[in-house]
Amino acid sequence: MTTDVIEQESHDDHHDDHKMKGIKRWLYTTNHKDIGTLYLWFAFIMLLTGGALAMVIRAELFQPGLQIVEPDFFNQLTTVHGLIMVFGAIMPAFTGFANWMIPMMVGAPDMALPRMNNWSFWILPFAFAILLSTFFMESGAPNFGWTFYAPLSTTYSNGSTAFFVFAVHIMGISSIMGAINIVVTIMNMRAPGMTYMKMPLFVWTFFITAYLLIAVMPVLAGVVTMLLTDTYFGTSFFDAAGGGDPVLFQHLFWFFGHPEVYIMILPAFGIVSTIIPAFARKKLFGYSSMVYATASIALLSFIVWAHHMFTTGMPLFGELFFMYCTMLIAVPTGVKVFNWVATMWRGSMSFETPMLFSIAFVILFTIGGFSGLMLALTPVDFQYHDTYFVVAHFHYVLVTGSLFSIYAGAYFWLPKWTGHMYNESLAKWHFWCSLVSVNLLFFPMHFLGLAGMPRRIPDYALQFADFNKWVSIGGFAFGLSQLIFLAVVIKCIRGGEKAPAKPWDGAEGLEWTVASPAPYHTFSTPPKID
Amino acid sequence: MTTKEYESYYVPSQSHWPIVGAVALFLIAVGAGNYVSTLNSGEGGIGGYILLAGVCLVIYMLYGWFSNVINESMAGKYSHQMDNSFRQGMSWFIFSEVMFFAAFFGALFYARTLSVPWLGGADNNAMTGAVLWPEFVASWPLLVTPDGTETTQMGWYGLPLINTILLLTSSITAHLAHSALEKDNRKMLKIWLGFTILLGVVFLFLQVVEYMHGYSEEMKLYLTSGIYGSTFYLLTGFHGMHVTLGTIMLIVVFLRVLKGHFTPTNAFAFEAASWYWHFVDVVWVILFVFVYIV
Ligand code: HEM
Ligand SMILES: [Cu+2]
Repeated sequence: MTTDVIEQESHDDHHDDHKMKGIKRWLYTTNHKDIGTLYLWFAFIMLLTGGALAMVIRAELFQPGLQIVEPDFFNQLTTVHGLIMVFGAIMPAFTGFANWMIPMMVGAPDMALPRMNNWSFWILPFAFAILLSTFFMESGAPNFGWTFYAPLSTTYSNGSTAFFVFAVHIMGISSIMGAINIVVTIMNMRAPGMTYMKMPLFVWTFFITAYLLIAVMPVLAGVVTMLLTDTYFGTSFFDAAGGGDPVLFQHLFWFFGHPEVYIMILPAFGIVSTIIPAFARKKLFGYSSMVYATASIALLSFIVWAHHMFTTGMPLFGELFFMYCTMLIAVPTGVKVFNWVATMWRGSMSFETPMLFSIAFVILFTIGGFSGLMLALTPVDFQYHDTYFVVAHFHYVLVTGSLFSIYAGAYFWLPKWTGHMYNESLAKWHFWCSLVSVNLLFFPMHFLGLAGMPRRIPDYALQFADFNKWVSIGGFAFGLSQLIFLAVVIKCIRGGEKAPAKPWDGAEGLEWTVASPAPYHTFSTPPKID
Repeated sequence: MTTKEYESYYVPSQSHWPIVGAVALFLIAVGAGNYVSTLNSGEGGIGGYILLAGVCLVIYMLYGWFSNVINESMAGKYSHQMDNSFRQGMSWFIFSEVMFFAAFFGALFYARTLSVPWLGGADNNAMTGAVLWPEFVASWPLLVTPDGTETTQMGWYGLPLINTILLLTSSITAHLAHSALEKDNRKMLKIWLGFTILLGVVFLFLQVVEYMHGYSEEMKLYLTSGIYGSTFYLLTGFHGMHVTLGTIMLIVVFLRVLKGHFTPTNAFAFEAASWYWHFVDVVWVILFVFVYIV
């Protein structure tokens, strides 16, 4: 795709948003770059917060026996850790990328609905303030796991459940508005000539993710509402004594929950599909098959939810149906991995930090995919379910998958965002420390799980002690390594080598045709695409 | 160069309304959380007041935000593209609402076809029935729950049928209002729009009457009456809330019509409100069939 960008007029009367000064700039902003920055910082702060909780979890699990926290508090830690990482770190980070990059990539001046965009962001910090404040309440924070199964979250829940429910409602509203904005921007704001099949794959993956969000976040809102009325208003949705069923909770939750995991990985696919071609200096192999693979993963994700419920109980037909459908997803996922490898094949590769994170993504995400396939086999899941094997699986796909792609993307676009090159050697330190520690942290969990160590329990049998010690050491090392990233980012914002408009010679796309840092307003008239 | 071939982009100015809205939602969540938590313990907190403050602030925010947008729109600032964005945004919002109702209908169908029969021993659940509640007989509507709570069925004739007719008629009048607007017939526009609002208000009134009937000693149909009461009140209740919202939207549009707003080609707010209205109608029809009739 060759692009020919019209010179930007320095003053343009069609922008009513002139940059404000001080705090007002951030509170009132309608600018997609400001809002993207806010999302990214918020996500990083949440990552550190959720990470701090995880450190306590790993400290407790360092040795067998109860060491530093009460079992109930341990449950609160795992619950809030999960909620923060899913809804506070990964999802907002991707929304941050969407905000920063999509308008630039499709040649739009901003997101389609800029004020709603501001609202979507600013309700998030409030939602998490509420969630975190439950730690300071008499009853303590939610303690029923991030999946909040009934009746743990109804009959047996503690006094903070209502706050949890309303916090989740706000997170949902934020996600839905953010998703609507992405869909409308892509459908309505593309520069003339930017047909759907000319859009960067990055844009495609966010487009499809946004549809998933609009479809399933309302279901989450519905299920937390039923939980609220069951707990406080005496309804019987999840209570068999009244004709309901706790299993209904799991169906509704996972109808949201499984598409949700794809919401957290499809954008990652988009990011690495942008970075690998840039550093392999080749076009992305099989662009259109990537688009179709993404779409089929999204469609299939609606009919696999009960693979989380094999041991809960279902008619035999259900067990088999969900097993086969789940395994079917491996096909489009395989297409993607194949295409990334084929893109690198015979490329003239170089290994700057974004590329390192992307290659690690391809390998480690695939490990997570394989453990997913093992879990998808109904009969063996009877053994693996609710063990550390599941914990290993989803941390491979979420940490070395989603989070690594976020780091890859951050390093890739930092020059565009800040106008400076980041410090490459410090960044490489971040990568290698993370890579080693993350595997020390999560790989042994596979064996712990296979050997039968249950998840979400603050104590364990003695034979698991050695592995858990190493896992904890890996955990602390991984946690500390993320501070290197903070240092790189701060250094990069404050100075460093000036970045040219296109710092990566193999990179493609409209965002590289504007200066670095990207001007406050990118396109005031549509660029021409041919 | 091709600069002049395309309409220029328009980016609206900054606004303080979103952050006001964020604070309002925060107050609502904290207030509602506190209110609900103290509901059963009896010790009244200040949650109710915080909630009320939040609701007031939301209303203030919506008023301010929309006046702002309306003024900008009347000043002709919006491009054709902006108008399109609003339309698409509204459509996807309605789609998300559809999915919200889908969750509750899903719960209804699950209870009717799976959980209630299973509790009665259907399929391979003979032991469930025998061990847990041997006396329990599965039926729908579930008038006697496994733990013995009794209730009665809300019939479909009478108020619900009248309400169905009211809402269906209101969909037609909303459509007639739209046609009148397209023909620039302001008088008929006002009349049909007024009728639509009137029908909506009457619907809501009758819904309240029906609830009072349900909660009477004679019917004993409560939220706490097992899964039948749960699904009945949550489905009709959320539908009623959406009708309320739709009616408010129509009233705002009506006031704007009186002020002379909207032209046959520029009437996004009018159309958005009427799409929303048709949406709540469709939900009601599905609800009428599956909650009341079959
Ligand atoms: C190759 C595709 C995948 C397959 C076949 C797969 C399969 C599964 C299965 C069967 C389970 C349930 C295990 C159990 O509880 O016994 C599971 C759990 C989970 N998966 Fe995956 N998965 C895949 C990819 C992903 C991806 C891409 C993500 C997220 C980015 C993800 C996130 C999760 C999470 C968070 C859980 C655990 C939920 C919980 O119980 O807390 N999975 N996966
Ligand atoms: Cu899943």
